Amino acid sequence: MTRWWKGSLAALAIMALCAVALTSTATAQPSETAAASGPAAARTLNIYGMGGRDDVAQGRLDIADRVIEAAGHSVSNPVGAFNDQAFLARLAARDIPDLVYMDRNNVGTYAARNALLPLANCIRSESIDRRMYRQAALASVTYKGQLYALPEFTNQITLIVNNDVARAAGVAVADIQTTNLVKLRQANKKMLRAEGGRVTRIGVDPKLPEFFPLWVKRYGKDLISKDGLKAQLNSREAVAALNYAHSLIRDHGGWDRFKAYRDTLDYFGAVNPMSGNQMGATPFESFWYNVLAEGRPVDITAKFFTNQRGGPITMLSGSGWAIPRGAADADLACKYMKSMTAVNTWRAVAKTRFDLRKRQGRAFTGLYTANTQADVKIFEDIYQRTGTKQFDDAVTLLVRAPRYGFAIPLSPASAEFRQAWIDGVTRVLEGRQTPRQALDQAQREAQAAIDKAK
Amino acid sequence: MASAAATSNAAPGPQSRARRWFSGFRERETWYAYAFILPWVIGFLLLTAYPMFASLYYSFTNYGIEQVAGFAPTERVGLANYRELLDDPRVQTSLTNTFIYTVMSVPAKMMVALGLALILARIVFAAGFFRTVFYLPDITPPVAIGILILVLFNGSFGIVNDVLGFFGIPGPFWTTDPDWIKPSLAIMSIWTVGGTMVIYLAALKAVPAHLYEAASMDGAGPWRRFFNVTLPMISPALFFTFIVLTIHGLQTFNEVYTAYFGEGQTGAEDPDAALMNVVYLFRQAFEFFNIGFASAMAWLLFVVIMIVTAVQFLVSRRLVFYQGAQK
Repeated sequence: MTRWWKGSLAALAIMALCAVALTSTATAQPSETAAASGPAAARTLNIYGMGGRDDVAQGRLDIADRVIEAAGHSVSNPVGAFNDQAFLARLAARDIPDLVYMDRNNVGTYAARNALLPLANCIRSESIDRRMYRQAALASVTYKGQLYALPEFTNQITLIVNNDVARAAGVAVADIQTTNLVKLRQANKKMLRAEGGRVTRIGVDPKLPEFFPLWVKRYGKDLISKDGLKAQLNSREAVAALNYAHSLIRDHGGWDRFKAYRDTLDYFGAVNPMSGNQMGATPFESFWYNVLAEGRPVDITAKFFTNQRGGPITMLSGSGWAIPRGAADADLACKYMKSMTAVNTWRAVAKTRFDLRKRQGRAFTGLYTANTQADVKIFEDIYQRTGTKQFDDAVTLLVRAPRYGFAIPLSPASAEFRQAWIDGVTRVLEGRQTPRQALDQAQREAQAAIDKAK
Repeated sequence: MASAAATSNAAPGPQSRARRWFSGFRERETWYAYAFILPWVIGFLLLTAYPMFASLYYSFTNYGIEQVAGFAPTERVGLANYRELLDDPRVQTSLTNTFIYTVMSVPAKMMVALGLALILARIVFAAGFFRTVFYLPDITPPVAIGILILVLFNGSFGIVNDVLGFFGIPGPFWTTDPDWIKPSLAIMSIWTVGGTMVIYLAALKAVPAHLYEAASMDGAGPWRRFFNVTLPMISPALFFTFIVLTIHGLQTFNEVYTAYFGEGQTGAEDPDAALMNVVYLFRQAFEFFNIGFASAMAWLLFVVIMIVTAVQFLVSRRLVFYQGAQK
């Protein structure tokens, strides 16, 4: 045998050994995990989907980590937002996380496909009091009567009016509301500014298509039935809502001009649409008040988005914690999510943030969670009026708002359902279809997707 | 003698070819060569061939998230996914969009790349610097290009319309008007002509100078020399880039997805006019979890690309000139 042949054989043998070693490592993992998953052994809780971490998120993670560590276990929680593709890859590789943090809109799609565990056992074993969570938030993570996630933060939508713009346009702030739509449209026309074929100020931004469900609710209707199985996208109320909200955009000269201008706005900068007087009024999520409080001085009024009878309504959204089916440590995951959403945890981080803001000389505008009791504690025990009337009024409004909240019920085809109405609204905005045609098509598409998935 | 020569020139038969292939393994260099390409072969088999054939299988199944996770068995559904392709109007929309975009972007990229290459071929001073400058945009991340599209082509405040306005031309609303979304994407695709330009430059440098001298002596002007000497001589490079850019155009995804469908978009940026085939495929697979259907879409696109490429090869026979090739 020549030296070359000997060398070749040795190389092949090493490759074969590597392959065997890799295979045995891979096959050993489950058995080792299984051995380590006994009740007495230290385990590692694997968490996925927790992306950006500010002081509030990190503070709660620290508290929840300590709960797990006190039981003799550890936590692995790499930074990274939830991503469908990455989660799918982990499921395919049987590298199933024990706990995931995801948008509540996504829960239905995964729950309907049996990728999440119902939390009935978790609620029972950890004695979690469901009553402390907001009903609308719970509804947004309930599918076919089963709870699939614990809701965490809550974003509620209120109407934010730019007093400077209203004043300059000769519009009474009281007229900027969503009950008397004639007055709102008049206010829109007075506040908007268009020069030389360009929009240079938005009057009222209806936030289409994303807030379309809120406009439909204003007319007293939901986009989908409570059980999430029947789309109601082409109801008379939905058509009327789309027609009206679109009219606010048409007043600006059409979607092209409106969006071209809106795309240039910096919503999170010091010079934002309110401080830069680039917008008269808009419904917006609650987190924006923090941005407005920190940017260049603004003069705003926070108002409820109201229905046609004048009653306040708000659309709730947010994130939640869920346990994937196949999780190795569902019991630890349950403990962890209970701790992350507990009243004491929220209160502790709110106090820390309040102290931090006080040291920095900045305003604390509250935390808005899906936990009713936590919100009350934070508001009563920690929150102090900032001394800036407009933001103090806004906080008072935001604390009250969630009780008027609704969330879009989960459906087995949540993603397709959402896409159907967004596409429908976009077709109207682009002028390709009338509201009736667009919503009829959206209804057919959404119902077909639901029927296929259920 | 003549017959002996004819025999030796004849193409080797299948047996002799196989024997020659096997006999190559007596040489140590052959083993080295295979050892060197082995990593690529393994990568190709595991990361390309296996997923391709797996997707072919999945295209005939109900493969979805439950099957991915092993919670439910994968069931064969026959041709149901392919039938659904015909029923779904968005598949047709996405294919049409992709074709229109490809038809607009490929000639535009080729012409701009050739123009730049012709300029660079004439530059003597700091040629390397200019080559680098023209190539630099090619290394821009596609995500950045996607965002640039929205900034540059903003209908009211974008630079493109500002430039058009300077010449008295009112610019359209590129990013919101369905009629102008694909043209804006095609124009933006020119941003990445660097690679194509380098290929053309190499081809231009390889054109023998004596051909130009001969043409000049025959009285041919610059245009005549370009059409009768340059173009035929670089036609293999043009054909190669034509094929590659067409395939790339038919598979376009990153820039379009970032600009109109990506994370952080509110949904208002989901116009049908920007729905390319691979974008729709991605959404079906990773947003709606219809992986079997998405696999069928992938194979439909594969067949389309094969047909288009075959047509291109057929047409090229009359148009591409290979030096030294027997006609």
